[in-house]
Amino acid sequence: MLGKGREMADALGGKLEAALIGDPNLAMRLGKADVAVCVGDAAWANFAPIAYRNALAELIRTRAPRLVMIANTSMGMDLAAGVSALLNIPLVAYCKNARVEEGKIIATAQLYGGKLLTDAEATSDQLIVSILPGSFSADAGRSANAPSVEQVAVTATDGGVRFKQLIEPEAADVDITKQEILVSVGRGIQSADNIPLVEELAAALGGAVSASRPIVDNGWLPKARQVGKSGQTVKPKLYFTVGISGAPEHLEGMRDAGLVIAVNTDPNAPIFDVAHYGITADLFDVVPALTEKIKSAK
Amino acid sequence: MNIIVCMRQVPDLVEELELNDDGTGLNREYLKLGVNEFDDWALEQALLLKEEHGGSVTCLALDTPEVDNTLFTCYAKGADKAIKIEGDFANGMTSHSAAKLFADAIKAMPHDLILTGVQSVEDLDGQVGVLLATNLGIPHVSVVTGVQVNGKVAVVRKEYAGGMLGEFEVDLPAVLGIQAAKQAPRYAPISKVRAMMKEKKIETSASADGATEAGITIRRMFKPESGKRAEMLEGDAEAVASRVAEILKERGLVK
Ligand SMILES: Cc1cc2nc3c(=O)[nH]c(=O)nc-3n(C[C@H](O)[C@H](O)[C@H](O)COP(=O)(O)OP(=O)(O)OC[C@H]3O[C@@H](n4cnc5c(N)ncnc54)[C@H](O)[C@@H]3O)c2cc1C
Repeated sequence: MLGKGREMADALGGKLEAALIGDPNLAMRLGKADVAVCVGDAAWANFAPIAYRNALAELIRTRAPRLVMIANTSMGMDLAAGVSALLNIPLVAYCKNARVEEGKIIATAQLYGGKLLTDAEATSDQLIVSILPGSFSADAGRSANAPSVEQVAVTATDGGVRFKQLIEPEAADVDITKQEILVSVGRGIQSADNIPLVEELAAALGGAVSASRPIVDNGWLPKARQVGKSGQTVKPKLYFTVGISGAPEHLEGMRDAGLVIAVNTDPNAPIFDVAHYGITADLFDVVPALTEKIKSAK
Repeated sequence: MNIIVCMRQVPDLVEELELNDDGTGLNREYLKLGVNEFDDWALEQALLLKEEHGGSVTCLALDTPEVDNTLFTCYAKGADKAIKIEGDFANGMTSHSAAKLFADAIKAMPHDLILTGVQSVEDLDGQVGVLLATNLGIPHVSVVTGVQVNGKVAVVRKEYAGGMLGEFEVDLPAVLGIQAAKQAPRYAPISKVRAMMKEKKIETSASADGATEAGITIRRMFKPESGKRAEMLEGDAEAVASRVAEILKERGLVK
């Protein structure tokens, strides 16, 4: 995001400031920015939605930026819409890109589970965009320089939400981040009773089964098997998806897989935009056939 | 405890999405709508809290096509009241406008806890729950996967990457953007939904004046360029399986 921010600031002819709420020690990593504006101290170490929103709103009020970029993470979702409503500044959420055209900021957002893109612009001067993680190169955001650091005092207000504790996820039965081959199953599998179908394929391939979020939310596979935004980020040599649509939150966790092969009945499923090979077919036909093929080839 | 669940109808992604003539939005004429899946989880969380603490669950929706079916389904699952906000919403609606409509209706209703889906597939201008809370001037937490209520506060769990959870204490009333609940949304048999159509009434609430603008204009809506799309493998299951086996072999992925 810093790399993109730099590009936008240069195109608009302005400065790039990085707002840092929490640990000021991170400021040294923000060399792409001209200034790192740091809010808070140890008391701000843990995210709290309203306290952070108020701090960010205070910075936006006093510094009046043309463009505010916020990552569309779990935290960013509370912040971006929060400051938009609080300060009455338009927001374009789920952005994959942004550009400047004739002095106007145009943001490209991804909607409908990744099936459509939208170019949108603000009707006024200021705009907030929330950026989908993975949209820009992280390298472009790195710099050997150090920004100048400005410490800003903001009164802490909990706004009715108080951080209590962080809870670690339960231990994994299988560490999917260490697997070279993953057969990843989505809602197309229809019921828990059909999971063995993909387990057999994974076993034949010598890999493990991972899943999209709905499979985990339904209790069909453990949380540790979930790939995506709120699950694991995986980088296997083979990522074979069955009945996964390819929602942006899922793609966040598997974008860098070596070879992606997708089976889906919907020829327009967004998963086919990231897959190397696609199969428009019923998984209940293809999966058993493939399991047989692999087994008999051994 | 009075729990309000805000529900929205969104396009069904299994269907083909067609663009309107000037390419700035969906052609909504034949669009198939269904309830936002995360709103369904929000309703489940509300019903679980009611079972534990008593109180009432009110489902609040905008008068969009097919909303009656959604609201009768809410009754069949155990909601105490269903209300639709009247207005002409057939052309879709921004999150900022939806949040304003919900906020105006909720101001006139008793409310301790407001739940809604963490996001929807059309939230171009942000998530409704957060906008709604800010409109009402009350706290919000989004991406919530667990809620407990102790008197005037709720203890909620917010999910981060990798399944890490943050636990927060939240003063009520508050708005929570629900991602998931302890159990999957309960199922309401069609027969029960039909019975509710006879037995129950959907109340209406007039929309308050003074629309809000999201402050953005859409230049164009388009399908992602299919430049680097997958190479599609054709043929029956047998043929496709053979081809995949070959590809894996060529790459040394199977022995
Ligand atoms: C804050 C947040 C975090 C999230 N984090 C994650 C995450 O970490 N990981 C994640 O996966 N999701 C995550 N999600 C959810 C995400 O938005 C999607 O809802 C989810 O990825 C969809 O899963 P799916 O592809 O299995 O289901 P669907 O989108 O319902 O897709 C099912 C697919 O199966 C196909 N299909 C149906 N029947 C068959 C058949 N017989 N044969 C072949 N194909 C068939 C359909 O065409 C469809 O494309 C998150 C959401 C939010 C809001």
